[in-house]
Amino acid sequence: MHTSVLLVELGAVILGLGLLGAVSVRFSISPIPLYLLAGLAFGSGGLWPLSASEQFFSTGAEIGVVLLLFSLGLEYNADELAASLRTSAGSGLIDLVLNATPGVVAALILGWGAVAAVALGGITYVTSSGITSKVMSDLGWLGNRETPTVLSLLVMEDLTMAVYLPILTALLAGVGLLGGLGALGIAMVTVAAILYLALRHGRLVQRFVASPNDEVLLLKVLGLAILVAGIAEELQVSAAVGAFLVGIALSGPLAHAARSLLTPLRDLFAAVFFVFFGLRTNPTDLPPVLAAAAVLALVGVITKFATGWVTAARAGASRTSRARAGAALLPRGEFNIVIAGLAVTAGVQSRLGPLAAAYVLILAVAGPLLARAAEPLGRRLTARRCGAPPPAAGR
Amino acid sequence: MDVERVPLPGIGLKHVLATARGRRIGVVSHHSGRRELIVYRRDDIDSAADTVALSVEEANTLAELLGAARVVERLAELHRQVEGLVSVQVPITDGSPFDGRPLGDTRARTRTGASIVAVVRDREVIASPRPDFVFAAGDVVVVIGTAEGTAAVSDILTGTG
Repeated sequence: MHTSVLLVELGAVILGLGLLGAVSVRFSISPIPLYLLAGLAFGSGGLWPLSASEQFFSTGAEIGVVLLLFSLGLEYNADELAASLRTSAGSGLIDLVLNATPGVVAALILGWGAVAAVALGGITYVTSSGITSKVMSDLGWLGNRETPTVLSLLVMEDLTMAVYLPILTALLAGVGLLGGLGALGIAMVTVAAILYLALRHGRLVQRFVASPNDEVLLLKVLGLAILVAGIAEELQVSAAVGAFLVGIALSGPLAHAARSLLTPLRDLFAAVFFVFFGLRTNPTDLPPVLAAAAVLALVGVITKFATGWVTAARAGASRTSRARAGAALLPRGEFNIVIAGLAVTAGVQSRLGPLAAAYVLILAVAGPLLARAAEPLGRRLTARRCGAPPPAAGR
Repeated sequence: MDVERVPLPGIGLKHVLATARGRRIGVVSHHSGRRELIVYRRDDIDSAADTVALSVEEANTLAELLGAARVVERLAELHRQVEGLVSVQVPITDGSPFDGRPLGDTRARTRTGASIVAVVRDREVIASPRPDFVFAAGDVVVVIGTAEGTAAVSDILTGTG
């Protein structure tokens, strides 16, 4: 009986996600907000409470985070990270200050305390590199002048996450200042050790993992990612960061092979992760935080746009380019939910989860739409500046 | 002519070149092998006017049309000048014994009398490759010599000789 309920629930949810995915492809929008809505519709306080499959979704969500971060790490190699660190550290700092501040200030105004402020700062700060890359690719922006700047900024954000998540994990664990510093020290040493291994001895890791057989490769890579994630979690470095670093350690043809093998798994478990976050959020908690989320989203649009504008300007790009860079950075998505998920699990503030859900729902949808409007807007600004009529379209 | 090379972290590489007539075109090379051909606007050199996504095969075909065809044209001209001289193009396939081995290993000239005069890789023509040039799958080797000589080199390169 229990098994049949489990299978029916799982099947229904995954099939539902498939249908939602079809909608997202049809309208060329990110599926993340749809998955979140699906999670809200099911589960506690939703239309259809799940009974048997909660355990699966809970475990699946953990694996989803590991795979999301692991495949993000696979996208980069250590050289690209080092290069971005050299060229974009200043812009990265501007990004952090401009975009984390609204979250921190909002949490403090709401009286949620310091730990929630750190979490909410992270939630308002980080851009969804997944949605942003897709938007730039869909709109044909990859060749544009500002694109390397935007991508480097995304790399900086991901690196910042590698430092931020361990700090947040330690703070959420409720260790005091001294314990927090200790955890941070362990985190830094672990991160440095894995990065050193990746940069200097990447070959050894590659040789250990490499296999001509897809099945063997899949199991080895998946096992390694989850194992390191688990150890990292145990050391309070956060599972997500461990998986991210393993991804960076793998590069070259091996990374390609691993990525193509893991993409289907990642898609499945990432969807499970977003649904699980929705499941844990009671939809009736959303309306009270909606106003706060809308204000934060509006401020988030302005600060991110300013970040992109300033960063592109520093790189000497034109006004149209700057407008595109600002707009490309607007979407929030997976990382924001990862941060909120950590905070919710630690039970730091009951309204943080609904607020983050609403914030991501708004910006994951509005970001890509605003990006479409950026280019015409930029051209109009440029034209007005120069006193010339806008260039004819459709050359 | 300057080709500007810009890394795109997480995606791949971008190459941009400005033509003598003032247009800019670029190629985005994804880590996955996918290519995108970019044509920039006339009035705004920072912005793409159009982007064409190309699969690996399409990109190779385009490269052949743009680059290799020129070599072949020149060789055809050479044919007319020298009676009895033949040129053939031999692709290095995945299973070729010379995938990953240097040109010198073929000992083509000693064994057949025919010469390897150029290799087309990606969209680039490498003229007069040296003996230490290492072949890779996807290369197209341009061989020139007598009919028998070029056929023999082709056999060596494909591993049927």
